[in-house]
Amino acid sequence: MADSNGSGAVGLLAHRDGDAVAVAVRDLAPGEAVVAFLDSEKRDTVSVKQEVPLGHKVALADVAEGAEVIEYGERIGLATKPITRGEHVHIHNLKSARWQPAS
Amino acid sequence: MAAGVLSGYRRPDGRVGIRNHVIVLPVDDLSNAAAEAVARVVPGALALPHAYGRLQFGEDLELTFRTLVGTGANPNVAAVVVIGIEPSWTDRLADGIAESGKPVERFSIERHGDLETIAGAARATARLLQDASETARVPIERSEVLISIKCGESDTTSGLGSNPTVGQVVDRHVEEGGTVIFGETTELTGGEHVISSRCATDEVRSCFQAFFDDYRATVEAAGVDLLGSQPTQGNIRGGLSTIEEKAMGNIAKTGTHPVVDALAPACRPTRTGLNFMDTSSAAAECITLMAAAGAVLHLFPTGQGNIIGHPIEPVVKLTANPITASTMSEHIDLDVSGLLTQAYGLKEAGDQLMEVVDRTINGRFTAAEAIGHREFVLTKLYRSA
Repeated sequence: MADSNGSGAVGLLAHRDGDAVAVAVRDLAPGEAVVAFLDSEKRDTVSVKQEVPLGHKVALADVAEGAEVIEYGERIGLATKPITRGEHVHIHNLKSARWQPAS
Repeated sequence: MAAGVLSGYRRPDGRVGIRNHVIVLPVDDLSNAAAEAVARVVPGALALPHAYGRLQFGEDLELTFRTLVGTGANPNVAAVVVIGIEPSWTDRLADGIAESGKPVERFSIERHGDLETIAGAARATARLLQDASETARVPIERSEVLISIKCGESDTTSGLGSNPTVGQVVDRHVEEGGTVIFGETTELTGGEHVISSRCATDEVRSCFQAFFDDYRATVEAAGVDLLGSQPTQGNIRGGLSTIEEKAMGNIAKTGTHPVVDALAPACRPTRTGLNFMDTSSAAAECITLMAAAGAVLHLFPTGQGNIIGHPIEPVVKLTANPITASTMSEHIDLDVSGLLTQAYGLKEAGDQLMEVVDRTINGRFTAAEAIGHREFVLTKLYRSA
């Protein structure tokens, strides 16, 4: 499989199979990146859409606006706009479901 | 000592320390100058200046005294010289520390002035330092070492690497019969149900929940936008997006064992195993409370590079962020960034951290000790009278 982010080396780590996001373990350029999972031997490949710095998240699944974003098998917040697989996921499209800005 | 043998200092109250400090402890802000002067004249002693101790009242005053007494009584401290502005609170602090059985000398400044106080306190400090220098290390069990944990400047590498590495050591320590304290009440937000479900009994669960609800009420009563401070700007730069995500990473460092007690700030654990303590998530406040509860070794995973230390409790810092490990190496005791590239697994990272723990117990300086990071910050519950 084509891999523009290192020849087969893992580019993204996910905590659990089924998580909607994985974390870049190095700076990623747009293109294919290999995803490893901490709770299984499974491997996946995702087409990363933007430059994503080390430590930032990439969507492994499409998430509808307002839907829960799952990491660690737990809800880490809600999508503030539609998120598609391969997209950078951060504060521009994900917000806390717990602590809201004062209105 | 033979390889594999751990050594420490057994104090008169039976508790075990891994350092042998003589400290000069001010009761109040006014006495900082004299305490620091004594430590300049007697350079082997350590002054612990702080900002409070005047006109406090109620629970806030109780917490200040509990923190100062607990710091002096901490088994990493061989002897204490207490300096206060007036005799009665000076006696209260000195008497509280003396219950641990260690040598305590006291000086108050009123009717003497700073210079006479400094002269007397310096003579006492020098004598205590000479006596402490003869205290021998003795063989100890690792399970006697009270460990505290708190993370800081976290990022996503914390949850993936450095925090679960600490979790490995926490699990092993608890399995050996040791005790560990974790805290950071607000930073459990979004993961509090995970901690709640791990509470050993309903009594512990309701106690934990009461601490959590109280903090949430305080935050909500302030009516502020907490999204401005949680996650912090450092967290966000490192890829953390929400308090819930931060909490899940935070909890990874607590391992897997049940939570046996929920303690008020600076209260000494009475139950063996994993203890929750109600604390701020600010590093210096949190570690100061944990040291006051008797913790003698702190494990601190960081992502973006918190540089915290403490005057009497050695702080071991580890990171899984390769940028932090390479750009801030003088602050980092263990680099576990190989976890990100899967160069090794969590068990091996846990083995590496356990080796650092053992060497630190036996006297090796942490990075923070070597470069003199001695943050000591009292938790203030509300304004003084």
